[in-house]
Amino acid sequence: MSERRRTLEIHTSPHIASGAGVDVIMRNVVYALLPVAAFAIYSFGLAAALTIGVAVVSCIATEHLLCRLAAAPSTVRDWSVTITGLLYGLTLPPALPLWMAACGGFIGVAMAKFLFGGLGYNAFNPALVGRAFLQAAFPAALTSWTPAFADERFLTLPASTLTLPFAAPVYDGVSGATPLALFKFEDRLTDTGDLLLGLTSGSAGETCALLILAGGVYLAARRMLNWRIPAAILATVALVSWAAHGLSPQDYPPAGFMVFSGGLMLGAVFMATDMVASPITHAGCVIYGVLIGVLVCMIRFWGGMPEGVMYAILLANAVSPHIDSLVRPRVFGTRGTQ
Amino acid sequence: MFRALRSQRSFAHGVHPPQAKDDTRDLPIKQFPFAPVMIVPLSQHIGKPALPVVREGQEVERGQLLARPDGFMSVAMHAPASAVVQRIALAPGISGKMTQAIFLKPFPGSSQEVSEGEPCELSSATPEDILLAIQQAGIVGLGGAAFPTHVKLKVPAGKSIDTLIINGVECEPYLTTDHRVMVEQQGDIFTGVRYLLKATGAKGAIIAVEANKLDVAAALRDALPADLPATVQVVAVKYPQGAEKMLIQALLGRQVPSGGLPSDVDVVTVNVATTAEIGRLLPHGRGIQERVITIGGPAIRKKGNYRIPIGTPLRFALEYAGMDEHLSRVFLGGPMMGQALPSLDIPITKGTSGFIAFTDSQTAALPEYPCIHCAYCVEACPLFLNPSQLGLLARAGQYERMADEYHLLDCFECGSCSYVCPAHIPLVQRFRAAKTLVRKRRAAV
Repeated sequence: MSERRRTLEIHTSPHIASGAGVDVIMRNVVYALLPVAAFAIYSFGLAAALTIGVAVVSCIATEHLLCRLAAAPSTVRDWSVTITGLLYGLTLPPALPLWMAACGGFIGVAMAKFLFGGLGYNAFNPALVGRAFLQAAFPAALTSWTPAFADERFLTLPASTLTLPFAAPVYDGVSGATPLALFKFEDRLTDTGDLLLGLTSGSAGETCALLILAGGVYLAARRMLNWRIPAAILATVALVSWAAHGLSPQDYPPAGFMVFSGGLMLGAVFMATDMVASPITHAGCVIYGVLIGVLVCMIRFWGGMPEGVMYAILLANAVSPHIDSLVRPRVFGTRGTQ
Repeated sequence: MFRALRSQRSFAHGVHPPQAKDDTRDLPIKQFPFAPVMIVPLSQHIGKPALPVVREGQEVERGQLLARPDGFMSVAMHAPASAVVQRIALAPGISGKMTQAIFLKPFPGSSQEVSEGEPCELSSATPEDILLAIQQAGIVGLGGAAFPTHVKLKVPAGKSIDTLIINGVECEPYLTTDHRVMVEQQGDIFTGVRYLLKATGAKGAIIAVEANKLDVAAALRDALPADLPATVQVVAVKYPQGAEKMLIQALLGRQVPSGGLPSDVDVVTVNVATTAEIGRLLPHGRGIQERVITIGGPAIRKKGNYRIPIGTPLRFALEYAGMDEHLSRVFLGGPMMGQALPSLDIPITKGTSGFIAFTDSQTAALPEYPCIHCAYCVEACPLFLNPSQLGLLARAGQYERMADEYHLLDCFECGSCSYVCPAHIPLVQRFRAAKTLVRKRRAAV
């Protein structure tokens, strides 16, 4: 007995851990996004598949190469950059020139994630930063839409997709204006049923509200998403637009249209809930959600653009740490004291 | 889960680690044999070490006083076996630090008989007499804290106690010692409650049991003497339900103030095994020479609940219980708050509620990720601290800010935050280090 040598591990308590690791959480978000991506490809065809694919590959490659450059172990296996790539791809117009998609992915991951210190330290959602960069650099390409369910969508590519870098994209004759653009510029209201089912035009992954909601419900049930954030955003948008529509029906759209159109559902469920860039307390999450909801309404009602979800979330990301320092949980045993 | 939460009282937040109690909960307490050499540290409690009253080479009887308390924050030590005092020298302790200890060599065939002392008569003793008897019996919190019980029971001037809580929650996974004590020593518990009620002046007692021990709760209710002002109450299965502040919140809805003591809300809590020892020892004027521990975990072959002599070296205990080839981590206490052992040559002390052994396959190091703000820890912390923020501040070395702005010193290291952390950040370890540094700096000022 005495001659047998043992190595005892010394480790501080606790000595057990619960199951889900960061990589498991991230992988589940990817699972929740897969049906959304599948529907995007189904409705917009080959172009959407290529756009999403290039977005994902550019994000993953950027992170991997930057880690190599920094002589640090590659972090792509934690799955977080896969989420960034997927989300970023899903927010892009399906017929976006592929080189632009690659550029935005690089900018989003390099500037909004890597320069901030990588996973856990990004102040802003990297997918949205990538898209915001494109919106600023190529405003025309980012607002050129293709119609959903085009006949030849699995056989042919829109001319714009394979545009050479820095050449002006050429668009085919048919354009598919988004429901928000139709309302803003042509005063035409899209049917809410079509919005729920994703029969409309728009960014690759934002059209089918039902699939996005289903993904959100899955993640919320597994406690990998704080449902208070999308609930607060959607409730705020619904309430504000219901009031505005009630006051002036010809200027403001009804609540159902506001909630289910554009990128609101995708943003509320998958973007605003980025754990890193959202507040940590439940109360903070509600405040953050309300803020996003109000900003979305303001931009959509009075802004120059039809859509405002991206900027609303990025602005709220910026104040999220301040919400955390203002709204702190009341520590046990401090009731009635400071 | 939701039904349990609704029907049973509890506290907010907390976690649900696997119970892992089925292996040992139904095994009766067995007497453990004497080791060939026993090591009785003079400091097995929080406070000043006891002063030895025996000399090297002296023969002592089982139960005889080995060391007397040195002042109020100290308790007595008694001989766990009839033995010869080999030497009084330094021995390794749980922290790795060497401390003074009395080495005993038990006589072959040393009997289990214990010498009697001056009894503490319940009917005639004053509260002060009872506190003194508890101190002389060497009794400390047997739940694991090893805080001198008589100090805990001393009601601060200007305060009064209305409720005595007997803590039989035992929320740590694997441990079943309190469970067995409540099954097998009900008479001792009730006698202990009588002493404690008298010592504190409390009007009534609540014996609190977690809902995974409903059989025990029912048995205690049946056996409860009619003249004892006590009730048995069931609380929800949740960790850390057995923590003093959480238990008081669950039973009485009172919040012990931050930085305060249970006496601030007119309560005193005593562990149920400690209560049973008071009831068992005081009527005979004896001191603690043994305690009940759970030996369990996947690397142990003869799992069980044992009444083990204080001072039994862990190596002897492990060999007796049979350990797995691949034993790699042994910790004293439960897996949530227990301390991992640096060596197997340290002795069982009064604060050891069990030891659990894992094999190397169960202790694979989990990769650490950066904090992703998932808020799981914020939802787990029973004190409503922000472990995520505390962890980031600890990384940045901002210890004063942790203490001043984020209530670091309230943390009692229950481990819930580290347990749920998907990034596997050793939060509790960082908080421990930060607390030690803050306390040192403040003491130096």
